[in-house]
Amino acid sequence: MTKRDPHLLLQAAPFLRRGITTPGLMMDVLLGLAPLVLAAIYFFGLSAVLVLLTCTIGAVATEWALSPARPRGSSIKDGSAILTGIILGLCLPPAIPLWMAFLGGVAAIGLGKLMFGGLGQNLFNPALVGRAFLQAAFPTAITTWSQQGTITEFWGLRLSSWYVPFTHWVPDWLRILLEGVFGPQVDVISSATPLAFIKFGGEAAPFNNLLLGNTAGSLGETCALLIIICGIILAFRRTFDWRIPVSILLTVAAASGIVWLFNHDSPSPLYMLLSGGLLFGAVYMATDPVTSPIAPRGAWIFGIGVGLIVVLIRLWGGLPEGVMYAILLMNAATPLIDRIAQPRAFGRTITGEVSA
Amino acid sequence: MSLQVMGKTFRHGVHPEEHKEQTEQLPIQRMPFADRFVLPLSQHLGAPCKPAVNVGQRVQRGQVVGEPGGFVSMTLHSPVTGRVAAIGPRRHPNGSLVPCIEIEADPYSTQEIATSPAVDWESLSLDDFILHVQKAGLVGMGGAAFPTHVKYKLPEGRRCQRLLINGCECEPYLTCDHRVMVEYAQAVVRGTQIVATKLGADSATIGVELNKPDAMLALDAAIPAGTNIRVASLKVKYPQGAEKMLIKALFGEEVPAGKLPLDLNIVVNNVGTMLSLADYFDHGKPLIERVLTVAGPGIDRPANLMVPVGTPVRDVMRHCGLNEETRQVVMGGPMMGQPLASLDVPVLKGTSGLLAFTDESISHAEEYACVRCGQCLEACGNFLNPSRMARLARAGRWEEMENAHVADCVECGACTYTCPSGVPIVHLIRAAKAAIRQGKAKAS
Repeated sequence: MTKRDPHLLLQAAPFLRRGITTPGLMMDVLLGLAPLVLAAIYFFGLSAVLVLLTCTIGAVATEWALSPARPRGSSIKDGSAILTGIILGLCLPPAIPLWMAFLGGVAAIGLGKLMFGGLGQNLFNPALVGRAFLQAAFPTAITTWSQQGTITEFWGLRLSSWYVPFTHWVPDWLRILLEGVFGPQVDVISSATPLAFIKFGGEAAPFNNLLLGNTAGSLGETCALLIIICGIILAFRRTFDWRIPVSILLTVAAASGIVWLFNHDSPSPLYMLLSGGLLFGAVYMATDPVTSPIAPRGAWIFGIGVGLIVVLIRLWGGLPEGVMYAILLMNAATPLIDRIAQPRAFGRTITGEVSA
Repeated sequence: MSLQVMGKTFRHGVHPEEHKEQTEQLPIQRMPFADRFVLPLSQHLGAPCKPAVNVGQRVQRGQVVGEPGGFVSMTLHSPVTGRVAAIGPRRHPNGSLVPCIEIEADPYSTQEIATSPAVDWESLSLDDFILHVQKAGLVGMGGAAFPTHVKYKLPEGRRCQRLLINGCECEPYLTCDHRVMVEYAQAVVRGTQIVATKLGADSATIGVELNKPDAMLALDAAIPAGTNIRVASLKVKYPQGAEKMLIKALFGEEVPAGKLPLDLNIVVNNVGTMLSLADYFDHGKPLIERVLTVAGPGIDRPANLMVPVGTPVRDVMRHCGLNEETRQVVMGGPMMGQPLASLDVPVLKGTSGLLAFTDESISHAEEYACVRCGQCLEACGNFLNPSRMARLARAGRWEEMENAHVADCVECGACTYTCPSGVPIVHLIRAAKAAIRQGKAKAS
């Protein structure tokens, strides 16, 4: 009679796996962000480290405290909370008070991700939710851009980092302590970003500065060249869908180019591409797979949408920068795009009919 | 020489590690006869056959023991000279109990094959030819075991314009088709020629992946001058052996969803089937044995074996040295094969391999949340959205899955292989298909 072989497993096919995991993908993006982090530290000194660290701590702590995953904290190891923290930090100004940065991390994970049910369920890019939260709550702090080079010392800190919550001062004992450890502290010399210059001042930053990062701006968005290089590497590693950044940038170039042809006072396409958070947003935030369409056709629609909204806001809106709202708006449209842009099945027409 | 150097391929698909080095250079050996053989009456798609022998009756190797139970059914032959020990339910590799004929081998027999003389196929009418293919017990030997003669019964208005012989063997580990093409190139080409002539095909193409250059050369050398048979090279990719993918790769045409290659006037056969077909028409030998690959980290002596159909898997495993550390035995390839709960099941006509995996060689994929990375879409040769399928399946939204063409899924497992989040996508799809079938059965 039939003998059983109880030691045999009955796991079903396929028995082979590619061996690439979701935390591995997150790690890939983190590695792709590493040069930007280093550049941020190079340009903005120790305060960059502090902002990035605080955001990440806020994000991870919230994941630990509020995620329903059990055992508690087990969802941290997928790496997404760390990634959200770093990306959020990179789109904040260097002089932002650290308690705000921490709150941004909390909002990003709590409101942006866990409220929707955790990784894979969220509608909006969590880092951008964190940034939108800060922009709504602290509009001044988040648009106070410190000029680079005001601090030559790497250890020099920006005093505003240490503001006590809901105030604009630092307690004397803390100031003395900090100056004892790190040397003299300076106050922020604020400076308009290149986009704000052109919107409100009419004076453009030189292209070289935009390309290499010698401008005021968020931590991670100033060095265009670095973002382009990292983006190309990540795209070749298939870490994200190349169609999204490509379609965003092409759309921005085309739309602003048309306007520029008729009106040379508006910024040139090249200036539009290199300034502000466009490159950083297109490469690292719009490509978040959870909140962007999954199928190639959808990715094109999404990218064109983001590009058009960016141009609309930048040229005719009340804000100098529109990347954040453009991506958030298209995030909201993603379920709808996914609905109409499913892939064409093999042996069928695009409408799903059996092909003749 | 008609060899092409550049390989063709289809869109999407995956590149699993091939693991073929274990056996691809090993010549086919003959497996010694086991003591007992179990022949399920249904080893093919379609109606089971009817036993044509009684318990206790002596049978000779190659003798008919089962008659076809309809047109979509096969003749079954005894793989061994011996005595019918029992007719009754035995365990099928898929775990169910099915009616089987159990034959006890005669240990003193010379195992002479009870062959009928060679068949003069050239003078047969197409209908008689089809009848002979059914009598030979031929099924598709690539794994699905579809009755071969049914493919040759061309419906009204269709003709076999192109004959396509599938020598892709895209499943990792398996090398039996590879060895058949190298060692029996003459017979494979001969079978191809017979089918192409009888079906009146304009051309015949043998598709081989580029990782088998020796097979391509052997086939090419075996093709007689003046025939319309050619060897076509294909890039190495999974699931290129799926017939619709193969047609797309070679001819650039898509078989309409839910339709057959015949709708494009194409007939597809496996190389192993061609070998068995040539054996029948040239030597009168029906399908009573087949070549299969025994490999994997749990096997001490990997091999390509000529095994009589009905041989218990346990005997094959003993012959090849099943490792103590084996935790999983798979019938077929590692991407689509059937896990075995017991080794007391027989080798079937459609069994292309037996693989043994140890604990560390099994992928215990840890599951994370789907982040919609889209890699499953890029793996799916049928251009479906596996990520969405998995989500819908978990929510039990069968109707939406049907609208998303879940029926087009061939369950090749490429999506699940590639998924970084370890989502068991193809398992969910299989479960959903079963639920949809049950729902329909209940409704009707």
